[in-house]
Amino acid sequence: MSMFRLFASRPPAPATAPIARERLQILLAHERSSLGRQPDLLMLLREEILAAVSRHVALDPDKVMVRMERGKNVSTLEVDVELPNGLEPALAAAS
Amino acid sequence: MAKVLVVTSGKGGVGKTTSTAAIGAALAQNGKRVAVVDFDVGLRNLDLVMGAERRVVFDLINVAQGIAKLPQALIRDKRLENLWLLPASQTRDKDALTDEGVGRVIAEMRSSFDYIVCDSPAGIERGAMLAMRFADEAVIVTNPEVSSVRDSDRIIGMLDSRTVKAEKGEQVGKHILITRYDAARAARGEMLGIEDVLEILAVPLLGIIPESQDVLRASNVGSPVTLNNPASAPARAYADATKRLLGETIAMTVPSERKGLMNLLRRRAA
Repeated sequence: MSMFRLFASRPPAPATAPIARERLQILLAHERSSLGRQPDLLMLLREEILAAVSRHVALDPDKVMVRMERGKNVSTLEVDVELPNGLEPALAAAS
Repeated sequence: MAKVLVVTSGKGGVGKTTSTAAIGAALAQNGKRVAVVDFDVGLRNLDLVMGAERRVVFDLINVAQGIAKLPQALIRDKRLENLWLLPASQTRDKDALTDEGVGRVIAEMRSSFDYIVCDSPAGIERGAMLAMRFADEAVIVTNPEVSSVRDSDRIIGMLDSRTVKAEKGEQVGKHILITRYDAARAARGEMLGIEDVLEILAVPLLGIIPESQDVLRASNVGSPVTLNNPASAPARAYADATKRLLGETIAMTVPSERKGLMNLLRRRAA
């Protein structure tokens, strides 16, 4: 750093309040909706979806990804289940 | 008609106890008979901020359980004769507070006070729920900061659903009190502005308390900020907010520190 920069006025920090405002508006819109009043909904959906899938396929719980994206107008729940190939014999034995 | 006022926020450290003491004292200065009640069982601090910590004998739980009578537990303020404190218990488990017990105490207090100001603990556990349970009005203390605003929103939802008034189909009167506000930082876009907070929470504004060293000074000596230094910016802001609570119309301003030479000298001398 040059010596002059020590004395030069620092550039103003970018305003972060508008970001805070935007983030809060999206978050609270979600939390106020019926979805938000059930904080365990994600857990519940995850368990029930996995139960449904595992009735038909042997699942590795570690290979399941559940993601939630909260948007301004819509939210998405993404369930990603990795199914290994060649499971049919195991499934037949299980049932 | 007695009014039960809860000072609440969800988030901790935003200024509930400071605001309870300041508003309680200001209501008493306006001639009202006031009791401030600490609901923070196990972590009481209203006694300390009010300067009554050495005079606590009985507490809210003792009265709720019938071990002590209400007049035995109430501590009269040494500066204002129409201001009382009902402290929280420091030792008991917070589950010792019950809906019926608190309901009885509040009902008894309604007959002898104009204002019962309930200082809620942080969080949304039993103490916080009981502090708001019997409220007619609520002061929601909010810092212009994302986590505080979010928690205030949560608390507003509970005021609209979990209070006796809400269950009767009525509304708890709600007021936002913005504390620790720094006008310069808000102007630079570094801090959420008043309009941002109000637009997000959609609750009317009771007052704006500026960030100030006088708040810490007052708590150091155990005096509500409105009594300790009435000329200070936060004290004037609390005095205005209290008048609004009493129904007066007062222009909304952010009182600022007076930085004149005389003030500086006076402060040195104080």
